[in-house]
Amino acid sequence: MDTLAYMAKNLPMIGTRAMEHLSIVCVAVVLAIACGMALGVFIARHPRLAPAVLSGGAIMITVPSIALFGMLIPLLSTIGQGIGWLPAVIAVYIYSMVPIVRNTYTALVGLDPALRDAAIGMGMDSSQRLWRVELPNSMPVIMAGVRVAVVMNIGITAIAAYIGAGGLGTFISRGITQTDIRQLLTGAVAVSLLAIASDFGLALVQKRLTPRGLAPLSH
Amino acid sequence: MITLEHLSKVYGAPGSTAAVDDVSLTVGSGEICVLIGPSGCGKTTTMRMVNRLITPTGGRVLIDGQDTTAIDTVALRRSIGYVIQQVGLFPNMTVEENIGVVPRLLGWDRARMRARAAELLDMVGLDVGQFLGRFPNQLSGGQQQRVGVARALAADPPVLLMDEPFGAIDPINRAAIQDQFLAMQQKLKKTVLLVSHDIDEAVKMADRIAIFRAGRLEQAGTPDEILVAPANDFVGGFVGPDRTLKRLRRKRVSQVHVPLVYSVGQQVEVAVDGCHGTIQVDAAGLVVAMTADGRAIGPVSVRMDSDLRVVVSELLRLAVPWLPCVDGEGRLRGVVSQAAISRQVSGASVAASSDAVSKQGGGNAATP
Repeated sequence: MDTLAYMAKNLPMIGTRAMEHLSIVCVAVVLAIACGMALGVFIARHPRLAPAVLSGGAIMITVPSIALFGMLIPLLSTIGQGIGWLPAVIAVYIYSMVPIVRNTYTALVGLDPALRDAAIGMGMDSSQRLWRVELPNSMPVIMAGVRVAVVMNIGITAIAAYIGAGGLGTFISRGITQTDIRQLLTGAVAVSLLAIASDFGLALVQKRLTPRGLAPLSH
Repeated sequence: MITLEHLSKVYGAPGSTAAVDDVSLTVGSGEICVLIGPSGCGKTTTMRMVNRLITPTGGRVLIDGQDTTAIDTVALRRSIGYVIQQVGLFPNMTVEENIGVVPRLLGWDRARMRARAAELLDMVGLDVGQFLGRFPNQLSGGQQQRVGVARALAADPPVLLMDEPFGAIDPINRAAIQDQFLAMQQKLKKTVLLVSHDIDEAVKMADRIAIFRAGRLEQAGTPDEILVAPANDFVGGFVGPDRTLKRLRRKRVSQVHVPLVYSVGQQVEVAVDGCHGTIQVDAAGLVVAMTADGRAIGPVSVRMDSDLRVVVSELLRLAVPWLPCVDGEGRLRGVVSQAAISRQVSGASVAASSDAVSKQGGGNAATP
């Protein structure tokens, strides 16, 4: 009951922290979508590079987030941004790249080879093939990667509170240092709800971006 | 016209086994040439060198006399229709958009693309209102390949490449699509290279057949030439020991029938090639025939455009030496006899077969 009362009283603050949280995740994921899809397309077109890039990504994702934040501090200190919003965005961006690159690559190489054969045989050039055939038909798998990136990084961003990036993690870190279960629970519940809501919202986006011809039959 | 001149494709180091080895072949304008042979014989590789999906390592391909290396690859492919066994319709596009792929690449306006898609859909026998807005996953395999053929024809290319286009379709639909394609080809007169592994399909569809083995062209010629005189044991084995029956498929009743003159109500005496009997046409126009030993033949199902395989099948089923044949309206036109069919397919008459038929018609026609 205490916790609920705390939440009710601090609703505006929770809102502000949630917005901070989302701003980190959104900026990072939007950048990661642009770069990650480009890199995924690139390694799908140059399959010899794929194993190196994909295993590099797999290694990146094993680096604990708190360690990555730590490593970014000295690097970014050189431009006076060692802690705060920027290192949080960079870390989240790095983590987001991995599922987006991997899913883009997997979707493209997994397309029916007949589509590629038909597209080339009919006289599409490389970029027409990509934009008209390959990417539209890969959208469901790419979007699944984006959803993984967002949900995973809403959790990681909670830890960014320790490098002063703000966000909902602030409730959790204060809850721990002040042994205040109300703040701790508030932060944890809010992070969970944000992740669930984002995933739900992205599921709708995924549905919209999936070409109708790829949707399961409904008749 | 497509001309292949000493075309070769060698994978790996020079001197490795050639996938295609020094193939020369000419396909005349408006002809269907079927490339056929066992798996791995180089027929598909040969076809894919025409639109440069595979780059030849030797020789050249000319289309209407022009060397294809002189044409921009992308422009070349847009000017050649392409149909593959897996169809390869784009799942994210409607039937209309799929048919419009090449027109869109060529910069047609929307109205023209839509009109063309509707025209082609109608031509391949699909209802325009029902199918234009559908997605490929809402179509059966046969419907998909009909759309695949329509898509290849969209920009009205003079040349069509078809890689086992009907191979994945069930036999009943396959026959229907083959027939429809042949009917379209009567009007469209495309120059077609069609890869197949089915000799029956080749005999049915081809103006010319090119038989491949291990990268080499073993024999090329009209279906009749190949079935009459296989160049070697391999070709002989490939066309099969029943090659004479296969020849019958490409011959029509109209090539061998003996015309009859009759008046309604009259009884016509038949005395052709040792076949005897009577035919009566009653007032309703119904054709009733009777063999010399008094057995009734009927109902008459042999038409002037029936192929001789059907006629032989009917002769065997009814155990008779001849049958009356009728035109599209069911009117008696003449008789077709086992002896005339034998003469048509026996080696001696190949060259002069049409001449022989007309002479018989004049000499032996039974008149009332």
